[in-house]
Amino acid sequence: MELGSNVNENNFKSIRARGGLNIGLNARTSEKLAFALLTLSAMTTAGFVVIILAYIIYNGYSAISIEFLTEMPRMRMTQGGIYPAIVGTVYLIIGSMAAALPTGIMAAVYLNEYAGENRTTWLIEMAISNLAGTPSVVFGLFGLALFVKYFGFGSSLLASCLTLSLLIIPVIIRSTQEALIAVPNEYRESSLALGISKWQTIRHVVLPAAIPGIVTGTILSIGRVAGETAPILLTGAAYFLPRLPDSIYSGFMALPYHLFVLATSGTNITQTRPLQYGTALVLLMIVLGLNLIAVLIRRHYRQKLKI
Amino acid sequence: MFNRNYKEKTIESVLFSVSVLTVVILFLICLFLFRDSLLLFKETSLLDFLTGKFWYPTSVNRQFGLLPLLLGSLIVTAGAIIFAVPLGIASAIYISEIAPPKVAEALKPFIEILAGIPSVVFGFFGLVILVPIVKDLFNLPTGQTALTGSIMLGIMSLPTIITISEDAISSVPSTIKHGSLALGATRWQTIYKVIVPAALSGISAAVMLGIGRAIGETMTLMMVTGNTAVIPSFPEGILDPVRTMTATIALEMGEVPQGSAHFHALFAVGTVLFIITFLINLIADLIKKRYRFKVD
Repeated sequence: MELGSNVNENNFKSIRARGGLNIGLNARTSEKLAFALLTLSAMTTAGFVVIILAYIIYNGYSAISIEFLTEMPRMRMTQGGIYPAIVGTVYLIIGSMAAALPTGIMAAVYLNEYAGENRTTWLIEMAISNLAGTPSVVFGLFGLALFVKYFGFGSSLLASCLTLSLLIIPVIIRSTQEALIAVPNEYRESSLALGISKWQTIRHVVLPAAIPGIVTGTILSIGRVAGETAPILLTGAAYFLPRLPDSIYSGFMALPYHLFVLATSGTNITQTRPLQYGTALVLLMIVLGLNLIAVLIRRHYRQKLKI
Repeated sequence: MFNRNYKEKTIESVLFSVSVLTVVILFLICLFLFRDSLLLFKETSLLDFLTGKFWYPTSVNRQFGLLPLLLGSLIVTAGAIIFAVPLGIASAIYISEIAPPKVAEALKPFIEILAGIPSVVFGFFGLVILVPIVKDLFNLPTGQTALTGSIMLGIMSLPTIITISEDAISSVPSTIKHGSLALGATRWQTIYKVIVPAALSGISAAVMLGIGRAIGETMTLMMVTGNTAVIPSFPEGILDPVRTMTATIALEMGEVPQGSAHFHALFAVGTVLFIITFLINLIADLIKKRYRFKVD
């Protein structure tokens, strides 16, 4: 009996080894291996995020205090706070959004609601995707040539705001377009069927329905403005300026450039490390906070749609 | 009625003019970059600029050779792409094909955060963490090397590669996928023999855009690559400091007198960068168009 069953098992094994079943076995092993590698890759990517965030938060939180957030830098930026840099970044956000938001939304409305399929539309679409892919330092050069030099704004808040607005116009157009595409055509058709004009339909039906998507895109581009360094470096950010900008033509400090200066060319780089971590953390909090708000808005409205 | 039509027409033309503004901006960028670049060629010939091996903008015998900067950009970008492309595509496959829906949903915010971290924060992290590690690991005089830049840049281009590849992978029709599974192929065989080939043009577009993102990055590289403008040797030059085109513009623009030859040389470098990214975007766009056509 025992012997017999052994033989049977061996026979079965040899059949498996010789026959087509063998391929199935190998395929399963390689699938396991491949899936393990793919999982590992995704976890590695997430791991980078965790490590970078954890490191900055761990080292930065002890540097942050009310004084750090509300005081001017002192002693050649080796002490004191980052107040002017925070204010500068807020001014940059307000200025560039004021210019980019109406422009971006209007362009997106045209492209999605009016434009036909013709050469002009193709040209506009091509321009947008190219602007979206143009490096920020090139925008910086352009801002320097056009706003600082040609228009004579000088190295100023105005020049930097306008330069940054050019950088985010494609982002706003793209996210607004996506939001508009998601509005069901029935909305438009039923409104038009009621005899309401096209513009009235867009203003009172389409745009309100697209607001969550537009807001999400806007918040994400605010994050982009807060973090960009190269364009403002070329068009108006000041190395050190212990006062707030008093007009749109004055220079300004901003968080990302301040971090760069402290970390690479400040006085006593190693001694000011805590200030650097603190600045990095404040910048990171602003950008990630904005991202979080965007995610929450999106989730909120997605759930609302489901109901 | 006439009044209302008139108003509608006016609004449409206003909206049209605003969208044409994007074309105008692109045109102005070309115009202003080219205008200031051309002034360089009064001093140096175009050929000398493009093939010059030395970037000595401030010495007595000043030379504006693009090669060290161009090769610096290329070596750092190549290094970044070599590890970011496999890692990014693998992550995208995991998220769209393998991960349980809950895990995939949990992973997406990580990628959004990675995309949101400002480049100067990446640079700072690289400077205080990665630079010492690279220095000790390879026993180098400085940890500010092309490799350090490549690693940071690779991490930074992951979100671009992952998001766009994932889009391409998830838009492969599920009928194809189910067909393959029904024929007895395993999930992995279906992924690498059916899904990935079907999404290949979308994935290639993702890679192109990742390269575009990497080659245009400024702040991070300025902080971690050491900024030495010499032609990098290959492959051991990966452990030497390099200087990219972007870093050169950002570093030197603050110190040059406006209107000098050096000033115009930096614009010429910017123009080269602009042309490179323009071409990369164009290729990515063409690939994407073909891909859409195929799916239809």
